[in-house]
Amino acid sequence: MDKFEKLTGVAAPMPMINVDTDMIIPKQFLKTIKRSGLGVNLFDEMRFDDDGNEIPDFVLNQPAYRNAEILVAGDNFGCGSSREHAPWAIKDFGIRCVIAPSFADIFFNNCFKNGILPIVLPQEDVDKLMDDAQRGSNAVLTIDLENQTISGPDGGEIAFEVDAFRKHCLLNGLDDIGLTLEKAGAIQSFETKAAQERPWV
Amino acid sequence: MSPKTLYDKIWDAHVAHEAEDGTSLLYIDRHLVHEVTSPQAFEGLRMAGRPVHAPDKTIAVPDHNVPTTPGREDPSNMTADSAIQVAALDKNAKDFGIHYYPVSDVRQGIVHIVGPEQGWTLPGMTVVCGDSHTATHGAFGALAHGIGTSEVEHVLATQTLIQKKSKNMKVEITGKLQPGVTAKDITLAVIGETGTAGGTGYVIEYCGEAIRDLSMEGRMTVCNMAIEGGARAGLIAPDEKTFEYVKGRPHAPKGAQWEAALAWWKTLYSDDDAHWDKVVTLKGEDIAPVVTWGTSPEDVLPITANVPSPEDFEGGKVEAAARSLEYMGLKPGTPLSEVEIDTVFIGSCTNGRIEDLRAAAEIVKGKKIKEGMRAMVVPGSGLVRAQAEEEGLADIFKDAGFEWRLAGCSMCLAMNPDQLQPGERCASTSNRNFEGRQGRGGRTHLLSPAMAAAAAVTGKLTDIRDLT
Repeated sequence: MDKFEKLTGVAAPMPMINVDTDMIIPKQFLKTIKRSGLGVNLFDEMRFDDDGNEIPDFVLNQPAYRNAEILVAGDNFGCGSSREHAPWAIKDFGIRCVIAPSFADIFFNNCFKNGILPIVLPQEDVDKLMDDAQRGSNAVLTIDLENQTISGPDGGEIAFEVDAFRKHCLLNGLDDIGLTLEKAGAIQSFETKAAQERPWV
Repeated sequence: MSPKTLYDKIWDAHVAHEAEDGTSLLYIDRHLVHEVTSPQAFEGLRMAGRPVHAPDKTIAVPDHNVPTTPGREDPSNMTADSAIQVAALDKNAKDFGIHYYPVSDVRQGIVHIVGPEQGWTLPGMTVVCGDSHTATHGAFGALAHGIGTSEVEHVLATQTLIQKKSKNMKVEITGKLQPGVTAKDITLAVIGETGTAGGTGYVIEYCGEAIRDLSMEGRMTVCNMAIEGGARAGLIAPDEKTFEYVKGRPHAPKGAQWEAALAWWKTLYSDDDAHWDKVVTLKGEDIAPVVTWGTSPEDVLPITANVPSPEDFEGGKVEAAARSLEYMGLKPGTPLSEVEIDTVFIGSCTNGRIEDLRAAAEIVKGKKIKEGMRAMVVPGSGLVRAQAEEEGLADIFKDAGFEWRLAGCSMCLAMNPDQLQPGERCASTSNRNFEGRQGRGGRTHLLSPAMAAAAAVTGKLTDIRDLT
């Protein structure tokens, strides 16, 4: 997995609540057997019209935000399906950090597995960053994972929380499966015990 | 010993390792797999040279993008990309030696209907699948939830999941339901009450008389939509109905093992003084037949209500409601019972079981669907389909003008050819009314099977109580 240490980039504002995974990556793009290449389809139905032309109003089509690396969004971002195609598409587009007052559970987990940092902040902090993000290409934020801070264009700093284990994995780009297989002994002991206690499973 | 909730008990029985910060390795008893969220996971195993850790606990079935029309065993009758995903699952199931129900097998169907039907899902188990509606299996008192593809690969490789424990939430539905009110109305009404983020961070246990009174099919409908309320999982404590449903299924325990299993299953309930982090109580008698009006499952109203106005809401919901109403083509103040429908979809992991088809058939029997209506019934599995044919339900649907399809996810998420066209308005027994969910520009109203059947007959959203 790609490491996430420090990111300085343009933040795009998306002040909608309940941005669902069908919006992030519509189902017709789930028929792939690869993880890569989904960035062109990110937010497809909001980003392109029926003929495939860009919808100019959509935030990621505006010149200032075409290379956004951070997304600032409303409550319950990523609700809906478990499709990991959603974070794959976000990352493939070039976005490595999403900031919102709350996230849906499965999407939140999926981000960490793909080197994307989802940050939960109180509404007033998100409102401030949304304001910053609305300044176009001047809306550059710096996310420092080690120190757990976000610096805005005016030099102000906002602290954020992140689970210690997930932070460790992101900072070091650690592969979960490799980490878990180090505990193969514990898994085997559990299986031996469970086979006696619940042989029908 | 301190009192525990049902979730606490299942969790404790499955922790294989716990770090100091509470990060745990949760052992997984059943891993269900389908064609859309698994190819990249199997590819990851191949690249790392890893086997599937427990192939006997891993069950695969193609469901999301298979056509529901005859001749689908022939890949040339699928779109090329769908055929590639189904062929990949065929190959992965064979190469890694996991249980498999191919398209040609009568037992094929929606993964969340096949699992319980075949007895793979049992009380007290941990069940995962790369699909958010895995919550369905919670109806058996199993801890069941959706995972992403990286986690699918993790479970394939290690049979465990890295997890931190969620909080406990109790949703109690007291008393009896009114006539015409179903499990679907309960689960939608709960989401209407809590919102789509109300369950975030929690595992919900549904309880109370109205839940106890539900059949296993109804309980699956309730738990299925726990994810739409934001919860990691939904649970219902197992009881005699659960044991009766499970007994004799192909993969249920038999003989002495059945007795041993039953003895443990009977300990799976929340202790009287267990701690709940959140409690929501609804009176069963207050729940009406409901429909959704917007593009979030929390946009729920009784069928007797009018389309709301954005000003009825607060905060970010004002703009969200305005956007929903525009997308849905609805005017505030319009009675929901006057909203005209042109498509009806009966099926999905929410409402594709035999009881659902019986409820819909009862409304349709001897009637015709409205002229110009496109209506389809997509049974949740080949076995549900066969049973419905044996009971004469298929003939009722066909005589009324419904299309009688083969099993699959179909128009619930429109990955196969069953899709809405822009502007089409569908009364659907599925679980999500998101923009574009059933086809780009399509408009979805979620409701119960009986209400969907009623809409097919009258051509508009209809109060089921006016028809019975």
